[in-house]
Amino acid sequence: MRGKITKISGPVVVAELDASMYEIVRVGEERLIGEVIEIRGNRAIVQVYEDTVGLRIGEPVERTGRPLSVELGPGLLGSIYDGLERPLEQIYNLSNSVFIRRGIDVPALDRKRKWTFVKTFNGNRVRRGNILGYVQETPSLKHYILSSVDGELIELKSGDYRVDEPIGSVRVNQKEQDITMMQRWPVRVPRPIQEKFATEIPLITGIRIIDSLFPIAKGGVVAIPGPFGSGKTVTQQSLAKYSDADVVVYIGCGERGNEMTEVLVEFPHLKDPKTGNALMNRTVLIANTSNMPVAAREASIYVGITIAEYFRDMGYDVALMADSTSRWAEALREISGRLEEMPGEEGYPSYLSKKIAEFYERAGRVKTLNGDTGSISVIGAVSPPGGDLSEPVSQNTLRVVKGFLALDASLAQRRHFPSINWLRSYSLYRDIVYEYYRKNVDQQFPDNLYTISRLLQREAELQEIVQLVGPDALPEREQFILLIGKMIREDFLQQNAFDEIDAYSSLEKQSLMIRAIVEYYNRGLKHIEQGTKTIQELRNNPITDKIAKMKFMSVDEIRSIFKMIEVF
Amino acid sequence: MIEYRSIQDIAGPLLFVRVEHPVMYGEIVDIRKENGDKIKGQVLEAREGIAVVQVFGNTIDLNRNATVSFTAEPMLFGVSEELLGKVFDGFGRSLDGSIIKSEMRLNVNGEPINPFARRPPNDFIETGISTIDVMNTLVRGQKLPIFSGAGLPHNELAAQIARQANVRGENFAVVFAAIGITYDEALFFRRDFERTGAIERSVLFLNLANDPAIERLLTPRLALTVAEYLAFQRDMHVLVILTDITNYAEALREISGARKEIPGRRGYPGYMYTDFATIYERAGIVVGKRGSVTQIPILTMPSDDRTHPIPDLTGYITEGQIVLSRELYRKGLYPAVDPLPSLSRLMNNGIGKGKTREDHKNLSNQLYASYANGRDLRALAAVVGEDSLGETDRKYLKFAEDFERRFIAQGRGERRDIERSLELGWELLSVLPETELKKVKREEIEKYWRKYVK
Repeated sequence: MRGKITKISGPVVVAELDASMYEIVRVGEERLIGEVIEIRGNRAIVQVYEDTVGLRIGEPVERTGRPLSVELGPGLLGSIYDGLERPLEQIYNLSNSVFIRRGIDVPALDRKRKWTFVKTFNGNRVRRGNILGYVQETPSLKHYILSSVDGELIELKSGDYRVDEPIGSVRVNQKEQDITMMQRWPVRVPRPIQEKFATEIPLITGIRIIDSLFPIAKGGVVAIPGPFGSGKTVTQQSLAKYSDADVVVYIGCGERGNEMTEVLVEFPHLKDPKTGNALMNRTVLIANTSNMPVAAREASIYVGITIAEYFRDMGYDVALMADSTSRWAEALREISGRLEEMPGEEGYPSYLSKKIAEFYERAGRVKTLNGDTGSISVIGAVSPPGGDLSEPVSQNTLRVVKGFLALDASLAQRRHFPSINWLRSYSLYRDIVYEYYRKNVDQQFPDNLYTISRLLQREAELQEIVQLVGPDALPEREQFILLIGKMIREDFLQQNAFDEIDAYSSLEKQSLMIRAIVEYYNRGLKHIEQGTKTIQELRNNPITDKIAKMKFMSVDEIRSIFKMIEVF
Repeated sequence: MIEYRSIQDIAGPLLFVRVEHPVMYGEIVDIRKENGDKIKGQVLEAREGIAVVQVFGNTIDLNRNATVSFTAEPMLFGVSEELLGKVFDGFGRSLDGSIIKSEMRLNVNGEPINPFARRPPNDFIETGISTIDVMNTLVRGQKLPIFSGAGLPHNELAAQIARQANVRGENFAVVFAAIGITYDEALFFRRDFERTGAIERSVLFLNLANDPAIERLLTPRLALTVAEYLAFQRDMHVLVILTDITNYAEALREISGARKEIPGRRGYPGYMYTDFATIYERAGIVVGKRGSVTQIPILTMPSDDRTHPIPDLTGYITEGQIVLSRELYRKGLYPAVDPLPSLSRLMNNGIGKGKTREDHKNLSNQLYASYANGRDLRALAAVVGEDSLGETDRKYLKFAEDFERRFIAQGRGERRDIERSLELGWELLSVLPETELKKVKREEIEKYWRKYVK
């Protein structure tokens, strides 16, 4: 069915067309991709995902009968897509241009490549979500092929197939249909699950301040707000590199082109700490750079989370990084403004909070349709204007997330990285994750961490007094707490994401580092109380120098510090 | 070309024209006033029967008898190598009357670069300015704005960078876009380019303060279209200077207001981020081409406020920022770059062994940390007095003082090569005790630091 354009204003086009809500339409002679977002009488209001300059009144608009969907199947891993799941590599190869031209139509999954399918399913009744078999897509990951229907299995064969070739057939309601390795899913609809579980297991990141003080649970949702230059992207990238997820979906939403390129160039050379294979083998990149059309930015978040859900449904733990959700919210605002909707706070549409909540709710640890356990952890960057968290995107995000890593520009300026503020951040996953540490890492670890948190808080209070009277006016005991505070900040919390050894710390190493600091604190305090050592002696003790170098030590070397502390 | 005499309304820079043919979104229109004056405009919104046209130029004397003709073309600009050495107004009209043969006509809005086709920028550009080279390194293909304030020496700094960064080498060009700046400021740049001979390898677009504000929306796009042509068709390394982005944002706000759009923060339109991005993202280096586009946009922060929407949205798109400090400038320290809030995100790619020197990164981190600490202690000393600080703390005060006077400050024509800037950094660190140097490696201390200790 075709209609015609009656109005064009930026990314919003009005067409005389009877269409359904959220249906994809092709706009104009160039067949630009658009989505119906409102219906007024016989007019459909369409947000166009590509630049609309050059469109004319009266040009045709064609229905596709389908909502915005993604292709899911072997070939996703290691790829880089735009906000509509168009493969940027193929676009480059086809268009023979470094620029992205409009109206290019390339399928997300390579139709020529053959994959080796290994059948594992036995039986003749197949249910939606059942694992039929797998493709060893990359050395790190088996890509399980999931059934998209309920029915009676007629045939299923191992062998080499293209993604759209039948690997078997199934009878659904008396009708026979082919099974392919590829399926489609509408991005705005969450993929079904059996049930949601409570979060119990930590997502181990190797970033000390996160694992130790503000841990993330698998299936958890965390926000990283901060002004520009405070290290959001570096933190997001470290999480993408080192977190112990099976699959990482990284959405660059309205961000810098060069940053996406950096990920593209760097990840194939970096090793996944879990499997030792190239990181790119477990990563899917969605790149909507800031100068790409704004409507595609709105879609990119949904495209990303749908891909994440697909891997979760195979029973994998997926980590999704969205950098930045503020750009996505701004895209909502821009489209809403063009539709002349009544604005809510700061011009954002009144449905902003609903949209944010809906997105984060797609995370979680679940029982899949196949009966396995899978999870999606979402780590969303927020870019508040001027770093002011009272703005609507930050506030609505804070209402749904359970972890909050507050980035601090003043820390970044003094090269304290990761520049996560230890006083303002929080994680509601702390109790359950600490329980896990108690069982799996070290009985003492959580208690030591509580001591550390208390000392950091106390240090901050003392710093305020120092601002007024100078450090020397404090009693020795307090001066010692200042010394320990500095030790925690510099020798534990600071971590160099670009150093080969320091970039990743195992939980064991973290617990030992914490133990060393706490034991030195306990011994030192005793000395001060008994008057056996002065603050100056404690400051210049060679142990402090050892502690300063723990970051670069092996676990055994750190253990040797304990002996020194015992005898001093 | 279809011509109408059917203007319905005129509101600020917007015309509402009744039309009978299918209008193209974004097409350029020619408008002839009743007195014969010609101006141009662009279709901002197309509806059945009505086109909303944004007028470039002056609307004085414009009335409903003017004729409007639709060209059926978006805004195109003819480019060729002949552009080098030429000066244009902010709308792309030659100012010296010369006629330029164009090799191709390009859409000034450009197209987004495919992230897959980008190469990560990692070629060090030596600007000869210590605070930039050592602490906020500029690399080819980067967009690094100067955040300044009224009365600070951002123009001198930009000119010095343009002069020192790259004048050597044939395949180098400067594209300069003046956006709403004063005649004096534009003249300063022009003189400077002429004096150093850089003018031969420059293309200038001048939209001055008294030129039509709406044309400012076009000026940076013209400049970048030329820059992309020179870089990606002619293999040149192009440095683009855009000044002043604040004036650009004002023009954007004006148009948005005239269209009665719902305003975002401080009256700027909600799409200002996206609009800025279509300018700033037009920098980089790409696969298969030797040239590069490096951008130095300059913006003056209203009342030095970094959280103002213009610097704020810019900082979220650009790869860092060079921040000028009024406090340092008042102390008489040119170029008054404050290293603490400044940042170059691409720095790590452009430095280190084989590019600058192996100690560069750690030294830079050490200078940052030590100077930040020195500044904190200076604030503390102001309250409790210097005497109540410990010995180490007093050394930090000395370090901060020396660092400002000798490292941050340099002459307007002084060009310090990277080697000298690095050595200067080590020399300044020699007043601090060895135990305070936590960001540098032991070997680096031995190799570079030791020799300066008295």
